[in-house]
Amino acid sequence: MSAAVASAKGVVKRFEGVTALDGVAIDVAPGRITGLVGPDGAGKTTLIRILAGLMKADEGEISMLGGPPGAALDDLGYMPQRFGLYEDLTVAENLTLYAELRGLPRGERQAVFDRLLDFTDLKRFQARLAGKLSGGMKQKLGLACALVKTPKLLLLDEPGVGVDPISRRELWAMVGELTGEGIGVLWSTAYLDEAEKCDTVYLLSEGKLLFEGPPGDLTGAVADRVIRVSGFEARRRRFLTEALDREDVIDGTIQGRSVRLLIRDGREVPDAVMLDAGPDTRIEPASPRFEDGFIERLGGGPRGTSALAERYREIPPSDTPMIEANGLTRRFGDFTAARDMNFSIPRGQIFGLLGPNGAGKSTTFKMLCGLLTPSEGTGAVAGNDLRRAAADARASLGYMAQKFSLYGDLSVRQNLDFFAGAYGLDRQEGAHAIEAMAEIFELGERMNVNAGTLPLGFKQRLALACAVMHEPPVLFLDEPTSGVDPVTRREFWTHINGLVEKGVTVLVTTHFMDEAEYCDEVTLIYRAEQIASGTPDALKARAAELSDTADPTMEDAFIALIEDSDRARELEAAA
Amino acid sequence: MSANFNRRRLIALSIKEFAQIMRDPSTFLIAFLLPLILLFLFGYAVSLDSSRTRIALVVEDSSAQALDLASAYAHSDYFEVIPARSVAQVRDTLIDGTARAIIVIPQGFGEGMVAGTPPPIQIVTDGSQPNTANFAAAYGEGVRAAWMAAETGRGATAPPISLSPRYWYNPGLQSRYFLVPGSIAIVMTMIGTLLTALVVAREWERGTMEAMMATPMRMAEFIASKVVPYFLLGIGSMTLCTLIAVFVFGVPFRGSPFALAAIAAAFLMPALGLGLFISAATKNQFVASQIALLTAFLPTFLLSGFLYEIASMPWPIQALTYIVPARYLIPPLQTVFLAGDLWGLILPDIAIMLGFGALFFFLSFRVTKRSLD
Repeated sequence: MSAAVASAKGVVKRFEGVTALDGVAIDVAPGRITGLVGPDGAGKTTLIRILAGLMKADEGEISMLGGPPGAALDDLGYMPQRFGLYEDLTVAENLTLYAELRGLPRGERQAVFDRLLDFTDLKRFQARLAGKLSGGMKQKLGLACALVKTPKLLLLDEPGVGVDPISRRELWAMVGELTGEGIGVLWSTAYLDEAEKCDTVYLLSEGKLLFEGPPGDLTGAVADRVIRVSGFEARRRRFLTEALDREDVIDGTIQGRSVRLLIRDGREVPDAVMLDAGPDTRIEPASPRFEDGFIERLGGGPRGTSALAERYREIPPSDTPMIEANGLTRRFGDFTAARDMNFSIPRGQIFGLLGPNGAGKSTTFKMLCGLLTPSEGTGAVAGNDLRRAAADARASLGYMAQKFSLYGDLSVRQNLDFFAGAYGLDRQEGAHAIEAMAEIFELGERMNVNAGTLPLGFKQRLALACAVMHEPPVLFLDEPTSGVDPVTRREFWTHINGLVEKGVTVLVTTHFMDEAEYCDEVTLIYRAEQIASGTPDALKARAAELSDTADPTMEDAFIALIEDSDRARELEAAA
Repeated sequence: MSANFNRRRLIALSIKEFAQIMRDPSTFLIAFLLPLILLFLFGYAVSLDSSRTRIALVVEDSSAQALDLASAYAHSDYFEVIPARSVAQVRDTLIDGTARAIIVIPQGFGEGMVAGTPPPIQIVTDGSQPNTANFAAAYGEGVRAAWMAAETGRGATAPPISLSPRYWYNPGLQSRYFLVPGSIAIVMTMIGTLLTALVVAREWERGTMEAMMATPMRMAEFIASKVVPYFLLGIGSMTLCTLIAVFVFGVPFRGSPFALAAIAAAFLMPALGLGLFISAATKNQFVASQIALLTAFLPTFLLSGFLYEIASMPWPIQALTYIVPARYLIPPLQTVFLAGDLWGLILPDIAIMLGFGALFFFLSFRVTKRSLD
C-alpha cells in the first residue's frame, strides 16, 4: 500500500465537556474507499471536519496530503452533509463557482464539465436551480462540485442520507470509478450495509474506534453463528422474544416470515428441538452481515421481553380494521403528493409505508393522523372516520414524529408531563404513567436533564415514552429509528413487537429496508403512488422474478420494483 | 493575507452573490420597493408640518381692530378657526383635541390699540403635544405681530425695528425636505446592515460556508464578495431615493452628486461592517436580524436626529447618539440637499463614519474564522 493521503493519530476533540472523539486513529489510502461507519453522534462528522481543517483537534497528530490539515486545500474534495450547494444557483452556476474557487484552468473547463455532467447524468438539468433538484440529483451535483479539480483526497460526509437506494447505488458506483484514478476516498455513513462495500472500515461508536480493518474481518468473526429459523409465520414475534431471552442468543431480528439469530461466541448452534420452536421449524445457516459484527462488539442486543409491553393493557379484539385508507389523495396546487392510497390494517399488525424521501409517505401519514385534510378519499383510525371524528381518531393514536419531536429546552420530566396533559391523562394517571415510563426506559437519572442534551438513543426512548403513555390502541411511527445505533434499534423493535402481541396496531414509515422486514405487510410508495403491496416475502419473491436474483434483500426488492415501475411508466409514455 | 488574495476567486464569488441578489425577491423588495414605500410614506402620509392647525379663537372685544385681527387669523394659511365669544364655550375643544390652541383677543383690545398701548392677546396651548403647542404659539404670535406691523404702518407710529422671521434653506419648513434625506439613511441601513447580516448568516445556516471553507478560498475574499455587491446595491438604492425625492417630491438638491455619493459611501462602511460583524458573531439568520434591528435600524430611526431632534433629547440619550453612525449621516445629507457642498461641514462627518467603518471591519475580521469550532 502506498503512503496514506490522510492520517491521524490519537485524535481527541471535546465540545463543552462532551468528548466527541476519544483517541481516534485513521489512515486513508489512495485508490481505496475507506469507510467511516457509525451511528449518529459517533463522531464521524467531527473527524472529517478535523481532517478538512475546519475544526481543530484538542489532541493528536493529523497529516493531510503530507501537511497540516487545511494547508493543501487545492487537492482536497469535500462534500459536507447538505452537499454545500447554493440552492438559488443553477447546476451550471454551482459548478462554475467551484471551478473558479479551485482554480481550474479555463481552457479545461468545458471538457471537465462535460465529463462530470455525463458522469452524474445531469446534462439535461444544467439550467435548473439546485434547490429544485431531487435529493439524489443534489447529491450527484455535490459530488461533481467536489470533483471539478480532480482531488487526491475526497471526503464524503454521509452522502447517502435521505437519498433513495437507487441513487445511493449509483453514487457508490461513481465513487468506485474514482478510486480507479487513484483518489483516496473517505466515506462516512450510518448505513451498516454500506460498510460491507468499503475496502477498509473504521467503526466509530461514541467517539471510540470499535473496529478497523477490512469489513470481511468483522463479518468473518460471526460466520457460522448466524442462523435463519423459519416455519412458524404466525408466531414469529413470540418466538423471537423467547429466543432473545435465551442465554446463548445475543441478537435476533425478524426477516419477513423467518427469524434471524446470532449465537454467542463459543456456544453450540442450537437445533429446532433446543429452540423449542415447534414441529415445522427449519433451521438453516444465514450469511453474516457487518451489523452482526457491530452488535457483537457492542456486547449484544437487548433481551427479548419488553418491560413496556408487559405493563401495557390488552387491546380488545375487533372485527373492523384499526386503520383504513380508501382512495386517500392529497394535492398541493397542481402537484399531487399522494394519489389513491388504499390499505386496511387489522388489529395487532405492523404495516409499513416504504419509499424514498419525497415519494408521499409522510403526506399519507399526515392525512391519517388528521394533520392534513385529504383532497379526496376517506380514512379511519380505530373506527373513527377522519372527516367526521378527526379528534376521536387522533385521541386513539400515539404519534412518534420524525426526529423525535421533543421540546429540547424542557426537561425529560416536563416533556412527559406535557404529553400526558396533551393526551388527556388526569393528574393522578399522568403521575403514574410518568413513573412507569421512567422505570421502563431507564430515564430515572436523567429526568431533570433537558431533552435537547440527551444522547440520540435516549431521545428516541423518550419520544416513544411520550407516544405510548396513554396506552393508545394505534401507534404511528415516522422514521422511528433514523440514525440510532443498531442496539438501540433492536431495543425499539423489541418494544414494538411486544406491543403488537398485546394487540396494538402499528403504522410505520421507513427508508431503512431492513426495518421493513418487521412488518406484516408493506406498501411501496413511489412518485406519490403505491407501486407494490404485500408481505415482505411476497415483495422479495416478486423482485426475484423481475431481476432474476436468488434470495434478494429488501433493498434489492425495492430497487427492482421501482425500476419495473419506471419501465412501465416509460412504456406508457411511449404508447 | 493579501498575497493570497485572488482576483479570479473574488470575481467568481461576486458573480454568485449578484446572481443570488437578482433571484431573491426579498432582496429586491428591501433595496427598491422599501425605499419607494418609505419615501411615499414620508412624502405624503407622515407629515411633521402643522399647516392648518385648528384653533379656537375667542373674540371678547367687538371693536373694528379686534375683528380685523380675528380675520387675520381666519385668513392665515396656518390656522383653521373655530370662532367663539367666550373661553367657556370652547374650553372643551382643547381638552378633546378638536382644537390645538385657544387664542383670546381680550376685552378692550380695540381701545388699547387706539390708545397706543395694545393689550397682549392670550394663547392657551395643549402641552401634551409639545411640537404642535410650540408651533401654534409661535405662529399665533407671528400672525399677531404681522397684523400689528401692518396696522402701525397704516398709522403714524411705525416701530423702529420689526421682526420678520425667515427660515433659510427650507422657507416653508416643509418636513418632507428633511424626512426624505432621512429615509435614505433608513434604506442604506437596511441594505448595509440587515441584508448583509442575513446573507452571511444564511451561508452558515445552509452549510454552504462549510463547503466554501474547504476550498482554497480566503476569508478576505469571502468578505469582499459580500461587501462589494451590497455596497453597490446601497448606492443604487440611494440614487433611486434621491431621484424620486428631487423629481417627484420637489426636494431641492443644492449640492453635487459627488458629495452625495461620498457621504453615502462613507456611511455604507460602518453599515456593512456592522452587518458582517453581527452575522459572523451569530451565524443564525433569526438572531442576526433581531440584533441588526436593535443595533442599526432602531438607532437610525430614533437616535440619528432624523425624526427627533438630538438637541431636545435628555443628555444621557444625547450621549448615546454619538455612537450611532447614522447621526453623522443625517446632517451632511441635509446639508447637501438643502444647502450645498459645504465641505467644511461634510468632511468631519465623513471622517467619523469611516472611523466607525474601520472599527467594525476590524471587529468582523477578528470574529470571522476559517473554522467551525
